[in-house]
Amino acid sequence: MATSRRRLGRLERAALQGVMVREVVNFSSFWRSSTFSSTVDPTIYLLAFGLGFGSLVTRVAGHTYIEFVGTGIVATTVLFSGAFTAMYSTFIKYKFQHTYDAIIAAPVDTEELVTGEALWVAVRTGVYGCVPMLVAVAFGLAPSWGMLLVPLIAALAGFGWAAFGIFVAARVSKIESFSYWQSGLLTPMFLVAGTFFPLTALPHWAQVVGNFNPLFHCVQLVRHAVFGTEGIADLGHLAFLIGFALAFWRLAIRHMERKLIL
Amino acid sequence: MTGTSAITVHGFVKRFGSLAAVDGLDLEVPFGACVGLLGPNGAGKSTTMKALTAQVIPDEGAIEVLGYRLPDDSKQARAEMGVVPQLDNLDVSLTVEQNLLVFAYLYRVPAGERRRAIEHALALANLRDRRASKVDQLSGGMRRRLLIARGLLHRPRLLLLDEPTVGLDPQVRQELWALIDRLRTEGVSILMSTHYIEEAERLCDTVTIMSHGKAVAVGPPQALIRAHAGRQAVEVYGSPARLTEVEATARRRGWPSRRTGTSVSILGGDGAVELDGERRVTNLEDVFVLLTGEEID
Repeated sequence: MATSRRRLGRLERAALQGVMVREVVNFSSFWRSSTFSSTVDPTIYLLAFGLGFGSLVTRVAGHTYIEFVGTGIVATTVLFSGAFTAMYSTFIKYKFQHTYDAIIAAPVDTEELVTGEALWVAVRTGVYGCVPMLVAVAFGLAPSWGMLLVPLIAALAGFGWAAFGIFVAARVSKIESFSYWQSGLLTPMFLVAGTFFPLTALPHWAQVVGNFNPLFHCVQLVRHAVFGTEGIADLGHLAFLIGFALAFWRLAIRHMERKLIL
Repeated sequence: MTGTSAITVHGFVKRFGSLAAVDGLDLEVPFGACVGLLGPNGAGKSTTMKALTAQVIPDEGAIEVLGYRLPDDSKQARAEMGVVPQLDNLDVSLTVEQNLLVFAYLYRVPAGERRRAIEHALALANLRDRRASKVDQLSGGMRRRLLIARGLLHRPRLLLLDEPTVGLDPQVRQELWALIDRLRTEGVSILMSTHYIEEAERLCDTVTIMSHGKAVAVGPPQALIRAHAGRQAVEVYGSPARLTEVEATARRRGWPSRRTGTSVSILGGDGAVELDGERRVTNLEDVFVLLTGEEID
């Protein structure tokens, strides 16, 4: 062992794998409750809006209301199972369970820890994101080949929101502070994403603000994947999601490092 | 200095705000030795332990672990050492075996050796029968043994033990001492922080006594005791007035002494024969109190 004097690099596969294996093994002990909360919540929104509001509205932006909500709801799932999961589980792991202290005492750097955690949330989000959409299929959303892209879109957006959640968890000093982020930022973003009504129904300023909402870009990409792509506009949406993910990935690493390395 | 010691710390300083938690510490752990880092709470032991895994970055000084310079090459050092933390950070909803499996991955035990490494760790910690138990069903002693087993999965050459027996019953503590002693005889280099004097005295080849972030004495326990506290102590019991009188006598005669609640111990007092009291063997605690003026616990 002593013979290998190779300096270990950054973002090593072995380290990412270690972090993710820990998550997968833990997930095996709580997957039922986690899957329940991550998929039932958005499905309730889908059915409440789709059936309730849908009886008042016939067509929105050229689609039946169940088609409109059944695709937009993917972003809601991404938010719930991406950002919220990452915020709470990160905070609990580093603050209460001291899990992260154990992991970075192993040959794992904070960069690898944060990346592994976000990747695992992204995988889950990619899967969970499709569930309410499949429920919508049962209620009249026509299946299409483009739906096969939806897990990838949900996973990309999920990585960004997971990184956002880790970033928030690293910023707050007590779990109650999540309320400010949730009520002040996430709830408005959840509503002004074009999920339940088009942004064009809002005043101009709100539409402009909505363009900076990653959920809006996720909604647009999902709709276009399912109903037909829009070329250059979709590249823009994709670029926004990639930029969002990259920015919060680096921010999450930097802020978690400040918490873990004194 | 590379190659001769498992750990070399030189002039280590760490400040938190205006407080220097560690204030110019030198520390050496030779290969194959068990070294104790002794001191009361707040002496800087935990900060020092965390610096050895690069979870604390020094403001000044040089740290070398297994020949790697920290913090730059700490990842390689971490790959080759085991860490047993003071705070229990096991995954409580997982079984004993699952906890070990996760860390077999984190410590990069090769796929073909994982099974064997886990079995070896289970046997070492005497937890074979509890492999399928969830961690939250284990006793405090079993959890601590599991923590140690987890730190040994990858057969490290160096083990850091941060307060390994804190909060455990005396009997459980002795079980752990047997385990640590076994590792020592197997040639694992050990650095152990503790504030239990007896633990350090029994297990450690040398101890470094810390106070206010500095090393105030370094050496084998018996040598330190002889040098600072003599062979025998005279323990004088009595009324508070009598104890005050004894202390005054000791001061006048130049005998080192310490107050221990209900008694006064006259140390290094092979000459204090005329005093009426119980004779007892001196210990490391006497040394500590003499050198730092602080009581432990």
